[in-house]
Amino acid sequence: MAVFRYDYEVIAQWIEAGERVLDLGCGDGDLLSHLIEVRQVRGYGVENDPEKILRCVKNGINVIQADMNGGLPDFEDGFFDHVIMSLSLQAMQNTQRILSEMLRVGNEAVVSFPNFVYWRHRQAILNGRMPVSESLPYQWFDTPNVRFFTMTDFEDLCAASGIAIRQRLAFDEGKVIIEEPNFLASVAVYRLGRD
Amino acid sequence: MTEALSVGVVAPQRACFDEPLPLKGGGQLERYELVYETYGELNAARTNAVLVCHALSGSHHVAGRYADEAYTSGWWDNLVGPGKPLDTNKFFVIGVNNLGGCHGSTGPRSMNPFSGKPWGAEFPFVTVEDWVAAQARLADQLGIERFAAVIGGSLGGMQALSWTLQYPERVRHAAVIASAPKLSAQNIAFNEVARQAILTDPDFHRGHFYAHGVVPVRGLRLARMVGHITYLSDDAMGEKFGRSLRHGKTLYSYDVEFEIESYLRHQGDKFARQFDANTYLLATKALDYYDPAFAHDGDLRAALAAARADFLVVSFTTDWRFAPLRSREIVRALVANQRNVSYAEIDCAAGHDSFLLADPVYHAVLTAWFDRIEV
Repeated sequence: MAVFRYDYEVIAQWIEAGERVLDLGCGDGDLLSHLIEVRQVRGYGVENDPEKILRCVKNGINVIQADMNGGLPDFEDGFFDHVIMSLSLQAMQNTQRILSEMLRVGNEAVVSFPNFVYWRHRQAILNGRMPVSESLPYQWFDTPNVRFFTMTDFEDLCAASGIAIRQRLAFDEGKVIIEEPNFLASVAVYRLGRD
Repeated sequence: MTEALSVGVVAPQRACFDEPLPLKGGGQLERYELVYETYGELNAARTNAVLVCHALSGSHHVAGRYADEAYTSGWWDNLVGPGKPLDTNKFFVIGVNNLGGCHGSTGPRSMNPFSGKPWGAEFPFVTVEDWVAAQARLADQLGIERFAAVIGGSLGGMQALSWTLQYPERVRHAAVIASAPKLSAQNIAFNEVARQAILTDPDFHRGHFYAHGVVPVRGLRLARMVGHITYLSDDAMGEKFGRSLRHGKTLYSYDVEFEIESYLRHQGDKFARQFDANTYLLATKALDYYDPAFAHDGDLRAALAAARADFLVVSFTTDWRFAPLRSREIVRALVANQRNVSYAEIDCAAGHDSFLLADPVYHAVLTAWFDRIEV
């Protein structure tokens, strides 16, 4: 059974019943299973890890094998209502390209990522160590993450790329953070569109 | 887990059809026969039938072995059997030799009822669509209203895809493996070289070599050699043969020196002994003509709109004959039509031939996919 991830609940609230949904880096397909159950979506996942693809097939989730660093050529413009990337944006080489691709094939994008300057991460760095936490669970030498950024960085990139932030939620250990999220939140979830 | 075993000794069966079959290329076959094999048991509700479509040189002999041939098993024996990915404890599996074939179904070697002689080159052109139509009539005879799945690799994958378009209500699941929605110019070019090798062989006699008591061995051999080059990847060929020399040194001769030459000649000779030249010509043309999007101004999405099946599409990273991008064209069109589809790109070094091998990741995906099919 999949580990419960609170960003799933947020994402589910932003999805309407019966939508077409694309989940990038869909893993075992557990988010899509959740959305199929609670929102009856027509869902497709993209994954590039053969073991995860196998688990999606076992779970009966539509999964398309692709390297997302090559964009999303398997999908037509505007086909999806929502394109989701849950906790994978930091592992993408070309952040701008994938965001632009998500908003090409989808009406809206939903993105969640670990906030690199969460206070515990800052504390780790002040203590001379790369942060290892629930949201950044890897050691520096085995992390799949290649881009380390903050909520403020991300919002600047959206502004510079003409991407509209339609909604934002920030969390620490499952609790919503309202005040100073860039300091106090470990994970942020954004709903994005084009104006 | 059930131990994977062979389906054991099998025997082909024969079905006769008296109702004329209209052909896409014009005309019709007045009557015809199909040879087929079955493995496993058809359940009472007749919901567990799986059709396996063969590729260019395949046949109805998909799995098991014949009583008088102890050492050769069916061409997809690693896939089909009890406890195998296409599990005959669960499914009733059918293999059928296509029309125009040379393994027992009505084809160029059969008697032309109009002339009283073998059809030879007069055998009508048959297309993927004609093959599927004939397979559907076999399904009618066997009392199978709807297939649990239709599966095929390469040219067989084209038949699986065509099934979902010609008979959308009769296919619940389709596996399209190492295939393409149509041939590229390069694919057709290779086929044309193979055909010219046969057509220009003096022993071909315009397709009527049977009457002359000869076989266009040289043409068939060359055709198969060209084919084999396209079935393997550069890496696989390099790894298997490299520049190995049979005699350990160059002899400055046109006899076999490099091991790859030996391999190609062996494959060519073996094929020329057992395959029919007219069948090879027909099957390569069926490949060339297949293009479901053609009737929709090249729009594959529109062409696949008729499909109702759930799909599995599989390609292999080193397959340059039907490269992964060709499979992704199919995937893109299926997603655009909101079909259920999964796509796996298997990292296997063996090129186009990979689809016939038992790569563990490939077979695990097929096992998982077939396991989910309810019967």
